[in-house]
Amino acid sequence: MVVKIGMDTEYRLTEVELEEIIQLILQKYGYDFRNYARTSLTRRIARCMNIANLKTLYELKYNLINESSFFTWFLETLTVNVTEMFRDPLFYKDLREKVLPALASYPIIKIWHAGCATGEEVFSMSILLHEAGLLNRAKLYATDLNPANLERARKGIISMEQIKDYTLNYIQSGGKNDFSTYYTAHYQSAIIRKEFRSNILFAQHNLAVDQVFNEFQLICCRNVMIYFNRELQNHVFRLFYNSLSPKGYLAIGIKESLLFTDVKEQFESVSAAARIYRRKN
Amino acid sequence: MQKQDIKMVVIGGSAGSLPVVMSLLEALPETFSFTVVIVIHRSKNVLSEMDKLLSHIRNVPNVHEPDDKEPILAHRVYLAPQNYHLLIETNKTFSLDYSEPISFSRPSIDVTFESVAQVYAQQTVGILLSGANTDGTKGVSEVIRHGGIGIVQDPNTAEYPVMPHAALLQNQAALCLPTSHITTFLKQLNDNI
Ligand SMILES: C[S@@+](CC[C@H](N)C(=O)[O-])C[C@H]1O[C@@H](n2cnc3c(N)ncnc32)[C@H](O)[C@@H]1O
Repeated sequence: MVVKIGMDTEYRLTEVELEEIIQLILQKYGYDFRNYARTSLTRRIARCMNIANLKTLYELKYNLINESSFFTWFLETLTVNVTEMFRDPLFYKDLREKVLPALASYPIIKIWHAGCATGEEVFSMSILLHEAGLLNRAKLYATDLNPANLERARKGIISMEQIKDYTLNYIQSGGKNDFSTYYTAHYQSAIIRKEFRSNILFAQHNLAVDQVFNEFQLICCRNVMIYFNRELQNHVFRLFYNSLSPKGYLAIGIKESLLFTDVKEQFESVSAAARIYRRKN
Repeated sequence: MQKQDIKMVVIGGSAGSLPVVMSLLEALPETFSFTVVIVIHRSKNVLSEMDKLLSHIRNVPNVHEPDDKEPILAHRVYLAPQNYHLLIETNKTFSLDYSEPISFSRPSIDVTFESVAQVYAQQTVGILLSGANTDGTKGVSEVIRHGGIGIVQDPNTAEYPVMPHAALLQNQAALCLPTSHITTFLKQLNDNI
């Protein structure tokens, strides 16, 4: 007996069907999902089908082949875009205490946020740099696969509903200012003040296929590689290694680990709890 | 009660489930050959040291929050980390997912139960405990649909009966057991190997 409960009675693709969809997207649109973690990808496709009210694999394929506007929506919805300002406050606290003082010795500080989603993480970084007196020397590059995320990020919009959480996170991260001085509030949303966005360049970059494009003192790639399989993770870690200056810093998500990767010998730990590492030479 | 070659015991709970989880862990013998995965709802922005709390139990190996891509081992107790969904890949590794909460929950019991059921099929036992929402109902049906054993705490013995009650309504094949019987069941699982 199949019972319909809540939202989650969704079509579940078999492995063969999943493979078909991945190939279709690759051939027709050039996005490469071959090395994404299978379980979450299957769930995400099911979620898309559910929202679009598609009942069969045939309907999904038909839409993907014939409607490029459907694909635009599909891609936006497929990736997990959830993010927060000052998420994991203790991570930001460690950045303040252990990383920023070391970055202060560089005349120009280059930072890459890979998988920046709608920008909340890079806005938080910008605020940290401002409070450390380093913002005027910093260049922030924020990239993502998903163009819709970048479009929103460029506008600097953050959710008003979550401002309370963000303020709390900010305080827990060691922030001493009045958090509301960093944004202007509107009805449903707030906008990060221009001066905390003017050093940020938002651009599309696909970690699965695109190359090194600069050299950085710090790379943040948090909660992005959890959607990749081990092979793609290894590829991306090598990309980061090659994009870091000697002794450059790498920050990954609080539940991610270098332990299961090929590059573990090339990095040393800076903060075990916050998963901040440093390129060895 | 038929006995199968059980490799995975997945436990889901919400409000009022922590004491029950503790007593289930206490009931585990010194050696057991399956894996235990626990999914408990926790409030979002409070730093939680539940892994430490649960580790303070005699005999049981440390309760551990897995990292992404960590291999799943036998004779281990894992706890779903706060704020992520915990998934399982066919190569028996964990993967974490930072997507939208489901039924207001992240970690979601349904998500982990379903994922476990797909990989461990009839080698799964899914145990759903006290709670004040309906997460887990779908998960228990997925465990049963894949040939596993679904156990639901008897709502009369649950501090918050809503969650077990909902699951029993939708899953006739689930076993409805008071806590003491669930611990006996776990002990027997091990005797059987
Ligand atoms: C969960 S968000 C993480 C946001 C932020 N870093 C944080 O931790 O709050 C994951 C982001 O990774 C992006 N992403 C997924 N695959 C990618 C790829 N191959 N290259 C670049 N970005 C990718 C998604 O579009 C999404 O915006």
